[in-house]
Amino acid sequence: MNKILFKQQLSKDVFLMRIEAPLIAEERQAGQFIILQTDDDYGERIPLTIADASTEEGSITIIFQVVGKTTLALSLMKEGDELPALVGPLGKPTHIAQYGTVVCVGGGIGVAPLHPIAQALKKAGNKMIIIVGARNKELIILENKMKALADEFILCTDDGTAGRKALVTEPLKEICQREEKPGMVIAIGPPVMMKFCSLTTKPFNIPTQVSLNTIMVDGTGMCGGCRVNVGHEVKFVCVDGPEFDGHQVDFDNMMARLNSYKEIERKSHECFLNKIADAKMKEVVS
Amino acid sequence: MNTESKEVLSERAKELLVMYLEKAPTLKPKERAQIPAMEMPVQEPEERIHNLDEVALGYTMEEARVEALRCLQCVKRQCVDHCPIKIDIPRFIGQIASGEFQIAADIIKESSLLPAVCGRVCPQEVQCQSECTVGKAIKNMDKAVAIGRLERFVADWERMQGHVSIPEVKPETGKKVAVVGSGPAGLVVAADCRREGHHVTIFEALHKPGGVLRYGIPEFRLPNDIIDREVEVLAKMGVEFRMNYVVGRTRKLTDLIEKDGYDAVFVGTGAGLPLFMGIEGENLVGVFSANEYLTRANLMHAYEREKADTPIYPSKKVAVLGGGNVAMDSSRMAKRLGAEKVYVVYRRTETEMPARKEEVAHAKEEGIEFHFLQNAKRILGDENGKVKAIECLRYELGEPDSSGRRRPVEIPNSEFIMEVDTVIVAIGNGSNPLISQTTPDMKVTKRGNIVVDETQQTSMKRIFAGGDIVLGAATVILAMGEGRRAAAAINKMLAEESVKEM
Ligand SMILES: Cc1cc2nc3c(=O)[nH]c(=O)nc-3n(C[C@H](O)[C@H](O)[C@H](O)COP(=O)(O)OP(=O)(O)OC[C@H]3O[C@@H](n4cnc5c(N)ncnc54)[C@H](O)[C@@H]3O)c2cc1C
Ligand code: SF4
Ligand code: FES
Repeated sequence: MNKILFKQQLSKDVFLMRIEAPLIAEERQAGQFIILQTDDDYGERIPLTIADASTEEGSITIIFQVVGKTTLALSLMKEGDELPALVGPLGKPTHIAQYGTVVCVGGGIGVAPLHPIAQALKKAGNKMIIIVGARNKELIILENKMKALADEFILCTDDGTAGRKALVTEPLKEICQREEKPGMVIAIGPPVMMKFCSLTTKPFNIPTQVSLNTIMVDGTGMCGGCRVNVGHEVKFVCVDGPEFDGHQVDFDNMMARLNSYKEIERKSHECFLNKIADAKMKEVVS
Repeated sequence: MNTESKEVLSERAKELLVMYLEKAPTLKPKERAQIPAMEMPVQEPEERIHNLDEVALGYTMEEARVEALRCLQCVKRQCVDHCPIKIDIPRFIGQIASGEFQIAADIIKESSLLPAVCGRVCPQEVQCQSECTVGKAIKNMDKAVAIGRLERFVADWERMQGHVSIPEVKPETGKKVAVVGSGPAGLVVAADCRREGHHVTIFEALHKPGGVLRYGIPEFRLPNDIIDREVEVLAKMGVEFRMNYVVGRTRKLTDLIEKDGYDAVFVGTGAGLPLFMGIEGENLVGVFSANEYLTRANLMHAYEREKADTPIYPSKKVAVLGGGNVAMDSSRMAKRLGAEKVYVVYRRTETEMPARKEEVAHAKEEGIEFHFLQNAKRILGDENGKVKAIECLRYELGEPDSSGRRRPVEIPNSEFIMEVDTVIVAIGNGSNPLISQTTPDMKVTKRGNIVVDETQQTSMKRIFAGGDIVLGAATVILAMGEGRRAAAAINKMLAEESVKEM
């Protein structure tokens, strides 16, 4: 059992939690993730990146957006509640090296997994250009933390409610065109964003890493549900990843696979929302 | 396979028992072999494809005793010779015939820890029952003494009595044994080492114990309840369970010894790496490994759609590629999940199928269609990246290969299209690479199986291994056998060290 030590709402649908997990806190490295369940009989196993960890407190930090039934159930849990199942750290850690200049691109909730990686890259002595993007002002997270790591910081929103009104690929392209080319681009965010970031850097031949968040079941390499095409090979995201060369990933296939259960999940989510609404109504009535 | 209801079978057995019990002492072997073989009562196919309940219902007391009376109590014990763990088969069967079920249970437990499991899933027709004298005498090996069913009967009978005995545990030795993986191999090691008084911790990556018994083999063949009981017995013996713990990630294997003070480690991590065919279209939406499909349905309870959060793909026409137990389980699960058509596509013929005979028969009864001497060449998708068909090739049997089975050879230009919306790949499992990747000093074969000596010791001190991670995808009984051997070596090592420390 893993106790929720701290919970904070970062934006409308985004929550941060610190969860007791001393062994994971000790072992985890940037880029790794955990899988958790809110119910270990009928609950789903969902992967979430470790955004931070504290060995003193013996805790890990996760940041998640409410997108389906399990994340909704998680968001309804309180400090002091226990998670029945949490396993990790899973996946391969990010390869941290001195690349000269690194561009970190974070989109939406993708800023959460990007943060520890940016931290480690900064520590390794890289010059950091950080681009944070979101659909609108409300959806920006960790702005100040990212700013603190950046030598150059660019904020964009799709609707212009904060920072530059642009998609992240615009500033990314400009940076690629500079005299002094970055040695590495790391892009984490929605699949479409990672796809277009990779397409942006490709003509410039700048190595680009993306972190994939596919459907997962076990997270130990046992089911193959997380597989993606990378170049001519099939890779399992949970054990071979989650980070891959963005120029090699078949994003279209990955996005199709991500939608495998969309219809079913939408129904289950709605059904759960109804149940919650129902329970709330009952409370009001009684 | 069955034509009669369980009521009819049970009534007939009652009559036969009265008749043969009287005659038994004077029966000559020839006459004894003529006692009719007892059929296994089953849930009717039309009914069972709509539920997950066990298909085979188990013998009644009378059925078990009549079946037991068929055993000739041979002097040259072919059955024991062909049992991987050398259960004293004629002796336990003799006790069933006499109605001494508890004694029979105790005899089996001398050699086997999980009789309720093995009785259900062992491939008896190629092991104990393969050379049974009765089968040979009546020239029908399908009617050999039903040793597996009798084993299951005894185990179930004992469980039904409600007083499952907890094995005695010797005084605490202060030694600690870590068991990695809670499949059959790990469970056996835990029991055997705990009995000697060592502290035992089982580390399991998933959230429920049992390994393949839990996530792979479906409820309709092996109810979870049986695994739960076995796990409960271990817990009562004082075995500690740590779920959600991936050795190699949560902690390095060597750290268990160096940091956590374990005196010995057993690695029983199984063959959890699904193999794919490497054909075009294998990553389309609607293609699953059998592991994924079965894990969703079993471990994650997706069969219970109302309760479970984990979804399962809505399939109407399913092709299952492969011919082993895994293929049978996947196809039958797909049927139960509502698929209208389920095809098993297998490169060879029925004779070469590695699946248990009984499962193949059950699958046929359930309306699974078998396509022998065919194989998928590529999987075709629609404009949304979803499976719409497979292109197959026809095969014929050629010369025998290294395994002695006749090699399937493709017939040129024999391509044809099979329309399906789901493909389940059940062509086998490779070894789970997590431990070897994170433990560079561990010697493994080219295929990633851990190399062990005759005592199951790995290339590393204090670390032992067994089961599918050593054998490649094998069987429950072989995994248990390896576990038993490893536990004996660990117990010996720890005993010798205790003596030295004194
Ligand atoms: C669908 C299916 C049907 C089958 N049917 C039959 C049958 O009818 N008869 C038969 O005899 N055999 C059958 N088998 C084969 C049989 O189940 C296996 O041979 C047997 O379970 C192997 O046992 P094991 O203990 O070696 O490993 P497993 O049962 O595979 O258990 C290994 C366990 O280790 C865990 N693990 C893996 N890595 C780690 C790690 N790093 N840290 C912690 N835990 C870890 C896994 O999660 C798993 O729980 C079947 C297999 C499948 C998949
Ligand atoms: S070989 Fe068959 S008849 Fe002979 S002892 Fe074994 S089970 Fe009985
Ligand atoms: S999640 Fe099952 S193999 Fe990656």
